[in-house]
Order: sequence, then structure tokens, then C-alpha cells
Amino acid sequence: MTDFFRPHQLSDALEIARTGGVTITAGCTDLFPATQAQALRGPVLDVTGIAGMRGITQSATGWRIGAATTWTDILRADLPGAFDGLRAAAREVGSVQIQNAGTIGGNLCNASPAADGVPALLTLDAEVELCSTAGTRRMALDTFLTGPRQTLLAPGELLTAVLLPPVAGTGGFLKLGARRYLVISIAMVAARLEIEAGHIRHAALAVGACSAVARRLPAQEAALTGAPVARAASRIDASVLQPDLSPITDIRADATYRAHSATVLMRRLVVGICQEAEA
Amino acid sequence: MTAQPTHLNLQVNGKPVVVQADPMRRLSDVLREDLGLRGSKVGCDAGDCGACTVLVDGAPVCSCLTPVVRAVGHSVETIEGLSPNGLSDLQNAFLRHGAAQCGICTPGMLMAATGLLAETPAPTRSQVEDALGGVLCRCTGYAKIIDAVLSVGHSGAAQALPASGQAVGARIERLDGLAKVNGAEVFGADHWPEGALVVRAIRSPHFAASFEFGDLAGWEAARAVQVFTARDLAALGGVNRFGVIPPFADQPALAETEARLRGEAVAIVVGTHKVMDAIDLSDFPITWTTLTPVMDPATAIGARAVQAERADNVLTRGRVVQGDAAAGLGAAAHVAEVTVETAYVEHAYIEPEAGCAWVEGDTLVIQACTQAPVMDQDDVAILLGLPRERVRIIPAAAGGGFGSKLDVSLQPLIGLAALLTGQPCRMVYSRAESMQSTTKRHPATMSAQIGVDAAGRITGMAFEGQFNTGAYASWGPTVANRVPVHASGPYLTPNYRAETVAIHTNGPVSGAFRGFGVPQAAVVQEVLYDDLAAALAMDRLAFRRLNALSDGDRSVCGQQLHGVGIDACLAALEPRWAQANADAAAFNAAGGALRRGVGLASCWYGCGNTALPNPSTVRLGITAQGRLCLHQGATDIGQGSNTVVTQICADALGLPIAQFELIGPDTALTPDCGKTSASRQTVVTGKAAMLSGQALRQQILALTNRGADADLTLDGGRIIVTDAAGAGEISLADLPLGAHGYVLMAEESYDPPTLPLDEDGQGAPYAVYGYGAHLAEVEVDMALGVVKVLHITAAHDLGRVINPQLAEGQIEGGIAQGLGMALMEEFIPGRTENLHDYLIPTAGDMPKITPILIEVPDPEGPMGAKGLGEHVLIPTAPAILNAIRDASGARVTRLPALPHRVLAAIQEAGQ
Ligand SMILES: Cc1cc2nc3c(=O)[nH]c(=O)nc-3n(C[C@H](O)[C@H](O)[C@H](O)COP(=O)(O)OP(=O)(O)OC[C@H]3O[C@@H](n4cnc5c(N)ncnc54)[C@H](O)[C@@H]3O)c2cc1C
Repeated sequence: MTDFFRPHQLSDALEIARTGGVTITAGCTDLFPATQAQALRGPVLDVTGIAGMRGITQSATGWRIGAATTWTDILRADLPGAFDGLRAAAREVGSVQIQNAGTIGGNLCNASPAADGVPALLTLDAEVELCSTAGTRRMALDTFLTGPRQTLLAPGELLTAVLLPPVAGTGGFLKLGARRYLVISIAMVAARLEIEAGHIRHAALAVGACSAVARRLPAQEAALTGAPVARAASRIDASVLQPDLSPITDIRADATYRAHSATVLMRRLVVGICQEAEA
Repeated sequence: MTAQPTHLNLQVNGKPVVVQADPMRRLSDVLREDLGLRGSKVGCDAGDCGACTVLVDGAPVCSCLTPVVRAVGHSVETIEGLSPNGLSDLQNAFLRHGAAQCGICTPGMLMAATGLLAETPAPTRSQVEDALGGVLCRCTGYAKIIDAVLSVGHSGAAQALPASGQAVGARIERLDGLAKVNGAEVFGADHWPEGALVVRAIRSPHFAASFEFGDLAGWEAARAVQVFTARDLAALGGVNRFGVIPPFADQPALAETEARLRGEAVAIVVGTHKVMDAIDLSDFPITWTTLTPVMDPATAIGARAVQAERADNVLTRGRVVQGDAAAGLGAAAHVAEVTVETAYVEHAYIEPEAGCAWVEGDTLVIQACTQAPVMDQDDVAILLGLPRERVRIIPAAAGGGFGSKLDVSLQPLIGLAALLTGQPCRMVYSRAESMQSTTKRHPATMSAQIGVDAAGRITGMAFEGQFNTGAYASWGPTVANRVPVHASGPYLTPNYRAETVAIHTNGPVSGAFRGFGVPQAAVVQEVLYDDLAAALAMDRLAFRRLNALSDGDRSVCGQQLHGVGIDACLAALEPRWAQANADAAAFNAAGGALRRGVGLASCWYGCGNTALPNPSTVRLGITAQGRLCLHQGATDIGQGSNTVVTQICADALGLPIAQFELIGPDTALTPDCGKTSASRQTVVTGKAAMLSGQALRQQILALTNRGADADLTLDGGRIIVTDAAGAGEISLADLPLGAHGYVLMAEESYDPPTLPLDEDGQGAPYAVYGYGAHLAEVEVDMALGVVKVLHITAAHDLGRVINPQLAEGQIEGGIAQGLGMALMEEFIPGRTENLHDYLIPTAGDMPKITPILIEVPDPEGPMGAKGLGEHVLIPTAPAILNAIRDASGARVTRLPALPHRVLAAIQEAGQ
């Protein structure tokens, strides 16, 4: 019989986590596929009952997405255009069934290089909030994710929220896979552009599944910043974009194709957002 | 804060229930095992297939990914709760549209759709696709499922079954459909006697390894389980070799000293459900010594022998030669050539192998998934050292088969366990076990040359194919023989040489998969036909029509053909062909990264065994009380033989189909109707049913002295026979009781007449052929190499359409599998043993499909009918490849055409 804890208070949860050796669970959509057993081995700490862990709230300092917020919650939330990429990503996670159970916190802690939530969050300058009985720390998402299935989550710590500064602009997300639903990305791209008077004032771009962790593209962002929207397409360039990537060859695609498709997708995404802004 | 709730209060289908369960158990397991709600199916335990979908507070989730404790305080709805009073509108729509074939995904589909309709009562097609995208179906191609969901609220009333003499040709609902839409269907994993023991297999983690067991007795005793190995099987007097073709039988049910493929079973562990649920098999006492695996068929000849008895790793060769291929090619105005490589393709039925065995008196009863009950009976008897009559096979509803469930899998394992423990034993393969250990489509490397004269007539063809048959024979010989017979396509090919070789490797066993190698070979021939049409500057459809076989022509085997429908199929594509080419040209004129193209391909396919006997026997009886019983031994794996065979029989007898009661299949109750494969059930079992119906009719007419066109009425205990001269009556209770409890009975067999093939493959391998042609319209993303199939128009000559709805279902489902083979399916041993790395099409990947049913009667088939099941996927992949080329210039010769391969081919074509 699995020892099972589903506390309502964060303090209780942190106390349980402190003792160590517990499996933290949320939607279990990553945990169950990893085992053939009919039950997850415990002890288990289920974070989905903790007050304040689920839902999206706004304050003067920005946005807070509780770690146990599901993809369905995100795609149905009333969010400004900067979040369009995150919402589009939510819609692309697996299937309706997976979106109804899987959480944003699980996606980040599972730290797959193909985690669909990460690129859009990177373009939103996301930080993670980590809590333990020792206190709370915040760090940038790209610091938190250190490699495939590796994060800076310390023993005894929970991811409690994803924090986003007040952000402007319009976001977008494109995913490439070998079929329509239930597909692990070959490559995916996210962008958030702030467009003013026909020019790109600020560009935040990120690519997933083309490096050990999804990456922002500083060089490409710089090349795009200040560009008139009509020139955006020509500013997206393989020689600028690809040095920030380190794709691998696997059963889904080869490395060259991955880098190439990331470039094509990014160009399309940026052009699409620009056209929408102009319209 | 909660800790260790063991009593869990659930609300399931509106009723409160209490279960005592580990809180972190999968909800699917608790529903099925503890609550007996077995309508929710488990296909993968990983969220990939969606068959286990239930609603939690109205939202669809995979019950296999939901810890039961997460359902506490929420309402859970399962398929069993959908229809407290009769069927819901949605379930009715599924029945009416033929949305359920095998039925294994149906509960998941229904729950996902119920969730959608509760929120969005009038969804759009794309909303339906989004909602169903998380449930995989391998049978239907999704078309009828999506139509059913869209029709809810405005689908008409159920139609009454047709009257006497009007069953054949009628679009009737499948006769066995109700249980598929209400969750009552009993699949292999759904039945077990109370307290049945659970069997699990120990399998090789290596492609090739010898092994030795350690202290089995100690390991068993410490865990309160029993372990059985090949030794126990030998002690029963069994011969540890099975195989679908007895002269080639070479596969052990449990490996003896050497495992020859990854996933091969070497031992079974048997214990109570409780013990087996918790057991850790990772410390099973076995020592492996790995051997260098032979993986590449190109270098397998001469490498280490996979099986000592076949030292050169050649299982068998096939060959058909007619005329002089070299001379024909030499005299050609144009010759085209190509080499094509195809991948292992996994059947990916949503039901992993499952079943239960028990002993009844001195009979071993096995109720498991199968396509071939009598072959299972034979194999199990040999393996377990039992006389055949002491093995009874009751086919469970098969949750998809497509060829792989022709070979035994777990039957001997659960049989062995039941015999040796004396208790009922059950087993369910995990998805990984199923994908590792059961058969695949043969990967093939094929090269061919085809020549034409200046007028466009084929002058000759040379074909060579190397098929990776894996570790054991299975259906390798059939593939090696079928391919040379069919590699010409349905075209007149005067000078012909086709040679094949099936080569052993330590890869997965390649066996039967819808088409037995012909889908692979069709790619080669149809790609070359596009090359040749281009060289001739001829329209591709006109070129095919010019060379299409006609009635009276001889095939490459020298067989004179009758009822040839290929030109009728090609002709039926003409209007769409013109329109599609015009549409594509107009679209492409606008420029941009997307390019559209159109492609064609044909098929022909012989129904039944290749030049070997394959009879079916059907019994039809009437009891003294007036029950009309059809003993129908063909396993209906979703393709519809329960319905089609009954339709044929009903019209042959002249009674309404509604009066038929179906018995079987069950080896104790039904005569042998052979295997459900080779597209033979409509033709062979259908003809046996027709003959039985006619024979029974003759008896009735003779008893009443009425003419051949008399009308029959079965009315309780009497039959009234009316013709122009008057009426006669039979009082059934007055007739003497005959065999099997019937007062009137007919039992007829039919074996299609064939002639053996000589050493050049000349003869008459099949009695009946079916024909078809597909027109694919695709859109290629020139920058990404992504292909979207927009529309497939599929013309198939069925000879006589017995049931249009079921025929369309076969076409749509076959196209889905053909599309998968063309664009995404590639089984890589050791790497894609799950349904998220091995991709099959989802509800969002299917094109619009327009089936066109053609009837060119076959003189031999029942009422003119031909087979269809396998034909449907043969032209799909080549039609798609030809359309990709038309759109983009890319000549893709390695399947599947994954985006990176298509892009590479586009770049190559551009250089
Ligand atoms: C069929 C299927 C399809 C999928 N498709 C996609 C897809 O398209 N794109 C994609 O990105 N992902 C996909 N996934 C993966 C998965 O659904 C997502 O990563 C999901 O967001 C995981 O969330 P979860 O709540 O289910 O995680 P869980 O399985 O509950 O947990 C995942 C990991 O995170 C840890 N964890 C969870 N929450 C916390 C927390 N608050 N603090 C600390 N640690 C925590 C857990 O210990 C575990 O290690 C798919 C999964 C399945 C089964």
C-alpha cells in the first residue's frame, strides 16, 4: 500500500517533502507512462490539493501560474496576447485527455528537451518559484532547467509557481511533429514580439527540441529588433539562428533537419505575428 | 492532510461505491479489477491510445494515468453509465454509421465524444477531431466515427432489417454491433473465472543470447509463485515448435537454451493476482550470454546462423517467371528502374494479446484473441502434447488483428499454466511485450526494372525482393510466394521474372500483415509506372488503363482471368483525376511553400491461400421450435464476417436475416471456417454459407414439393412454402430430430479451386481476385517536407457488394494503414516499443475519403463477390508517393516518407 499524502496547506506539504524520499505527483501523465506497474510506488506527495497551487492570477508585479495548473486551465484562461504562444502550446500538448490532467509544473520538472511548455515560457521571461521549509527562492526558468531530465530542484523543494513579469506584445507557437495529435515535437518555436509603428521593438524567441533544453536565441533576437515588419522574414537567418542550437539525430529526425526546420518555423511564426499585428 | 486512505469512496456512474485500494493505483485497474467495469479498455498503460478514457467531472482523462485517489470526491463516468435506458443518441449513431469495427477503441471514443457533446452540442468537424485526437483507432480510419459524432441529434431512426431475399447489397448495421457500443463486448482481457491465476512471461532483453536458469525452485518458493519453462512443456509430451505453416514450424513457445529475438519468452511465472501484481521480475534467476545478433538482412546470408537448421539464414525463396524478362526489357523503348526500402511495420491493434485458459473435464479451454481458432487448436495440441479434440478454442472478441493474431502468442503459455496448476490462468501482454514479441510487416529491399514499347505497352519486368523475415518462419514463406505472383500489379506483363528471398535475422518475426508483402511490392511497380508515363509523355491514368488486365488475359502465372475489374476501377477515377489535376495546377499557380500533387496506384490481390487448400465449412440448422441457427466459424475481427456471411446465407436460403441466430465461432460449436486472413472470409466462408443456405432450401422445397422460386416463411414451429401453384407447410415438431439437435440441417464446405504452381510459378494460385485503384491528392510543404494527404478517391471492384457500409469501413481503415505505412510508421527493434515512439495516424491525420464501389461479378465468388480486406491498403502508399512526387519532384524511395526524408528528396530533385 502506497503512503499517500495530499495536503491542503503548503506548509504541511513542505514538511512532508523535507523528510525526503517522497515522489511528488501532479497530473501523473509523465509518472505513469514511466512504469509498467499498476500503482505508483510511494510514499507519494500529491501537490494538486495545495491551496493556491492551481490557477492563474495577476498582480502589479505580473502573473503567477500555480504549478498544478493544467494545460486545459491555461488554454481556457482569459489572458492577454503575449500569452498566445503559451495557450497555443497548451493546445498542442498530447490530447484533450493529457491536457485535462497534465500540469505546467510537471512539464517543467520533468524537463524533457521536447517539453512543449518551455519555449513559450522562455519568451515570457518566466521565473520559477521554489519552496522548501528553508524558504522560497526564485530563479529564471533557463537557469532552473539544466539538461534533459535535469533541473535545479533541490531535495525537499517543491515548484510552487511560474512567475511572469508584466509582458507586452503578441505571442505565438508552432510545433512540428510527424502526426497531428499525441506527438512528440521534432522541433517547436515560440516568439513574442512587441511591434510599434511597423517596427519590431522587442523580440523574444525560443526553440525547443533542438538542444538539451529549450533555448532563447539572443543573436536572432538582436537581428530582429528594430526591423520593419516587412523585413522580418529576411532577418531570420540560419547563420544567425542556428549557432544557438545543438540538435541531435534520433528516430524522429536528423540533426540537420531539426536545425533547418527550426529556422523555417521561426520565420513563419514571426511573419505570422507581424501580419496579425499589421492587420 | 490525508494519509493512507485505504477505503476510497467513489462516485461511479452516479452511484456511490467503496473500494479498498492502493490510492496510487491506476483508476483503469480499479474499474476493471475491483468494480468489474471492464468496458474501459487498456491498450497501453501510457496515455497513448486513449481506449481507457473516462470522464471525471465531465472531463475526459485517461483512466490509466489517473491514480484512483484522484477520483475521490469527483464523479466518474464510464461506458457502462452511458446508457442506463437503452442506447444514448451517440451510441445509436455509432451503430448506425458503422463507427465500431473491432470495438476496442469504441468505449474510449464514446467517452471522449460524450465529453465534447456535453460542452459543445453541435461541434464542427475540427472540434470533433480535436476531441477524438487522443483516442487511437486502427480499424476505421476514423471517418465513420467522426461522421457518427457529427450526426448526433440529426441521425435518422434505426432501419429495419431487410426482408427475405434482400439482405445482399443492403447497408445494414453490423449484427454484432450492440455489444461493441454498450461496453459489453468480451475481449481477451475481459473474461476470467473468479480467482484465476495470473501469468507473466520472462522475456529476452537481448536480440540474441543463450541463457541458463539459476535456482528457480528457491525463487518460486520465496514468492509463492510457480515457474514453468520449456522443460515443463517437454514433460507434458509437447513438441516445442509451432508455426502457421506446418512444414516450416520452427518457433518454440518458450525458448530452450537460446533466445533469437528481443522479447522472446523463456519462462512463465504464475501466481495469484495479488502476488503477481506486486512481484518484481527483475531478479528472476537467469544468466544471459549475449551472442552477436544478425540484424541486417543484406549481410545475413553467410553470417552466424540464426537457426542451426537453416545455416545460410535463408528461410525460403519465391519465384515467378514467364517469357523472357531480359529480352522484354532489351526490346523496350524506355526502361525505368528503382530500389525501394520499406520498414518493419507494427500491426498496432489497440488490444494487446490477452486471454484465459481453464480445464473443463479433460478439455483445455482457451478463450483468447485470435484470427484462426482451428490453427490455434492445432498448434496448442502439438505444443502441449494433447490430442486435438482435447483443446477447445473460444475466440474472444479480437481488438484488431490485421494478420498478427493468426500466429499463437499467449495461447500455449496460458494453456501450459492451466494444465500444470489445474487452475484457470489469465494473461495480458503489456504494450511493450506485444510490440516486441509478436509479428511485423516484413521490411523489404526491392529492385525492379520495367520496360515499355514506344506505344506505351509493357514489354517486360524484372523484380528482386529481399524480405527480412526475422528469427522464425511465421508467414515468411507466404510473403515470399505472394509477392512474385502479384508484383506485376494488375497489368498485362508479358515477359516477367520476379524472385524473392526471405532471410532470417535476429529481428522481430515478420509475419502476416494485411497484404502479405504485396503492399511493399506495389510501391516499386507503381513508382516505376509514373517514371514510364513521364518517359512516354503520356497521361498517367491513360498509361495504366492501356496496360490494365482485361477479361480473358493471362496473369504472370499463366492463369486466365475472369471478372477482371481493374479497368472499371481506373475508369471510375477519370472524373476526379481530371478535376484533381486541374485543382492542383490552379493551387500551385499561386506559388508559395505549399505545393499540391496528384498520384495514382492500383492493386490486385488473390483471395485465399496461394495454391493451397483452404476450405470453409458452414452449418445451418433449424430446431423443432423454429430457431434458425447459423454456425459461423469465421472470426470476425471487426471486418464484418458475422454480418456479411449471414447476409449471403439469408438470401441463399430465402429467409429474412432477422430470423438468424449466430453461433460461434468456437471450435466446439462451429465447423472449421479457416483463418481470417488472405481476404478469404467473404469469398470462401461466404460461399460455404451460400451453399449451406441453398442446400437447406432444397430440403425444404423437396419436403413441400414446391418450385425453385418459392417463398419461405419461418413462423414459430412451422415453415410455410409458397409458390405460384400454392402453399405447403412443414410442421417442424413432426420431423425427426437429426444431428446437432436440428430437425433440418445442411452443412456445406467450399474450397476455392486452384492449381499448384510449378517451379516457374506457373499455375492458378487463386480462384478469385479483387481489384482496386486509389487517387491521392496531397499537399507538400516544400520548406519542411511535411506531407498532408487531402483526399483519396478509392475505387474497388468487389464483384458484388454484400454490405456497402462494411465495405466502406474496410476501405477507410485500409487507407489509414496505408497512409501510416507511407508517412510515419517505422518499427525500430528495441526503440519504438510503445505507441508514442511508434506513430500511427490519429483522427487528425486522415484525408477525406471517397469510396467508389464497383461490381464486376466474379464467376466463382458467392453471388459474384470478391474479397476486399487487404486490397484496400495496397494502392494507398504508392498513390501517396506518386502524389508527393507530382507535387514536389521528390522521388522518395525509403518508407516511411518522414518529413526529413521528403525534404532531402526535394533538395535532391532540385539539384
Ligand atoms: C500521451 C501523452 C502525450 C504527451 N504529449 C506531450 C506533448 O505533446 N508535449 C509535452 O510537453 N508533454 C507531453 N506529455 C508529457 C506530460 O503530459 C507533460 O509533461 C505534463 O505537463 C506533465 O505534467 P504532470 O502534472 O502530469 O506531471 P507528473 O507526471 O505528475 O510529474 C512529472 C514530474 O514532475 C515532478 N513534479 C510535478 N509537479 C511538481 C511540483 N509542483 N514540484 C516538484 N516536482 C513536481 C514529478 O515528481 C515528476 O518527476 C505527454 C504525456 C502523455 C502521457
